[in-house]
Amino acid sequence: MSERIERLFARCREEKRAAFIPYICAGDPRFARSVEIALALEKAGADLLELGIPFSDPLADGIVNQLAAQRALEAGATVSGVLKCVCEIRSTSEIPIVLYTYLNPLLRYGLDVFERDAADAGVDGLLILDLPPEEDPNDSRGNKNENLLRIRLIAPTTPAARIAAIAAAARGFIYYVSREGVTGARDSIAESLKQKLTIIRQHTRLPIAVGFGISNPEQAATVAGVADAVVVGSAIVDLIGKVGDREDLADRVGKFVSPIVSAIRPSRA
Amino acid sequence: MIETLPDAHGHFGVYGGMFVPETLMTALHELAAEYERAKGDPHFQNQLAQLLRDFAGRPTPLYFAERLTKKLGGTKIYLKREDLLHTGAHKINNALGQILLAQRMGKHRIIAETGAGQHGVATATVAARFGCECIIYMGAVDMERQALNVARMQFLGAKVVTVSAGQATLKEAISEAMRDWVTNVRTTHYILGSALGSHPYPMMVRDFQRVIGEETKAQILEREKRLPDLLVACVGGGSNAIGLFHPFLNDANVRMVGVEAGGEGIRSGKHAARFQGGRLGVLQGTKTFLLANEDGQIELTHSVSAGLDYAAVGPEHSYLHEIGRVEYDFATDNEALAGFKLLSETEGIIPALETAHAVAHIAKVAPKMSGDQIIVMNCSGRGDKDVAMAARHLLSSS
Repeated sequence: MSERIERLFARCREEKRAAFIPYICAGDPRFARSVEIALALEKAGADLLELGIPFSDPLADGIVNQLAAQRALEAGATVSGVLKCVCEIRSTSEIPIVLYTYLNPLLRYGLDVFERDAADAGVDGLLILDLPPEEDPNDSRGNKNENLLRIRLIAPTTPAARIAAIAAAARGFIYYVSREGVTGARDSIAESLKQKLTIIRQHTRLPIAVGFGISNPEQAATVAGVADAVVVGSAIVDLIGKVGDREDLADRVGKFVSPIVSAIRPSRA
Repeated sequence: MIETLPDAHGHFGVYGGMFVPETLMTALHELAAEYERAKGDPHFQNQLAQLLRDFAGRPTPLYFAERLTKKLGGTKIYLKREDLLHTGAHKINNALGQILLAQRMGKHRIIAETGAGQHGVATATVAARFGCECIIYMGAVDMERQALNVARMQFLGAKVVTVSAGQATLKEAISEAMRDWVTNVRTTHYILGSALGSHPYPMMVRDFQRVIGEETKAQILEREKRLPDLLVACVGGGSNAIGLFHPFLNDANVRMVGVEAGGEGIRSGKHAARFQGGRLGVLQGTKTFLLANEDGQIELTHSVSAGLDYAAVGPEHSYLHEIGRVEYDFATDNEALAGFKLLSETEGIIPALETAHAVAHIAKVAPKMSGDQIIVMNCSGRGDKDVAMAARHLLSSS
């Protein structure tokens, strides 16, 4: 089992707070910076790091993440480069790491070989956006690699029967993701999110992380009130794109997330 | 036997499937279920048949190309005249089928991607016909080279959204349409234009295009009292080709060739011939042959024709390639332009640049065949949209 993820959520339960999960695209603007940013995020209060392996055609992502992937690929990012980047982070940090990517680069690498190498590098979980359980040769029930958890997605449109099936095969935590609802009033987001999470919790005791295009402390606090973890992605990625490859990049990312962390865990503020 | 594929989850052998984010899974399942119900519903079938006849202009003629036949050595060449359909290409067959499905599902916002603009025009047309809001995603590069079709879509009331990401052609337009669908899935139907993407699209689009092959079969039997020796069609995603080929798959004596875009030649690396330089991979919902680099990143493609300029081929074509039932060849940009000229001058038919790839193949193979043999080519679209592009290549050098 990947103990880093389980230990994290156990600690959060004890502290009665939600976890903070930032997302960055590995290799944007280059790998050395990604390592610096990862460590700065941990220092600022990140509980788990979601690290993207760039893909040329990320159809589940918005334009901000697509541009980040383009920048990383133009700077020469490769799948094995991302694994080296994880090794570097691991040399000084025990933060749980989940890789977030699309299937084609992993097929090219060889899915089984990749899972072995990723686990060896110190990756704890793997989220493949375009690989649903039905198509997954290494579905958790037959997962050969106990050290690498397969993180599963649930969407607002996922019907109850399917939630049950996904939850039954999921490990580590569930990622509830949506591009709907971002524009709604805060109260109504909280209300509909609460309802949906209640349904999901009927089928699983796993923690639920929520990713919504959350970009500011208020939204983060709202989601932290009902979810087990708050994912903040494109707002950070957007900042990285705007600042670019500069000495103070990691610092500025750390400063950007600090108020979000404070909003998620008021006790730390 | 082959005709019974895909399986219930959209697999053609190892190809096809549903490789999509969870956000789209439910919409695809609902679409597949609705399509199954519609298939068995005589009301739906009658409605579609009537629209195909009265609105689109089916059946299309199977035309004996007498002068082309003579010019290429005597092998009889027939053209299936999909270019005569309303909106000028086979794309309307699928657009009509899918808009009826959207009506059944109560979805009145329609989105689509387009490369050459033919599918965009077909979708904008059916959306206008049914009073639906319509948004078409199109790459910036394609908008420039198919400007006529952009104007047509706008006249039809569609909003054409420019996609500038990546290489700004068909692939990026599909990604953008999928993003829209993810965000608006409850109100929106995505009319995908080729036999591509996640299940049920490759099967459903094929079924809506099968009318091409079914009519062809009846027409050639009536005319020649026998089946043709060779079927030829161009292959981008592959919807016009699969529509012509599918009803003949179990007729062992009918050879079939799909013609991909050879661009500036295979060795130049600037092409869209997936069966020449491609390998197995997953792109935009389906497992199939595609052009990717050593690290699995999708490669840039090139073709003079926007409709064939795509990195992946429809999954059923990958399967038919693997089992050897269909052969796949390619024609370069220059060969296609020569085909464009050839068909225009010998038959008075200006083909789309996509279709011109099939003409180019026939120009190569017909002279090597015997006079008692029969070729049927799918004349999938007309070339009005390509006049400016072709003029740049063909008229400037004279």
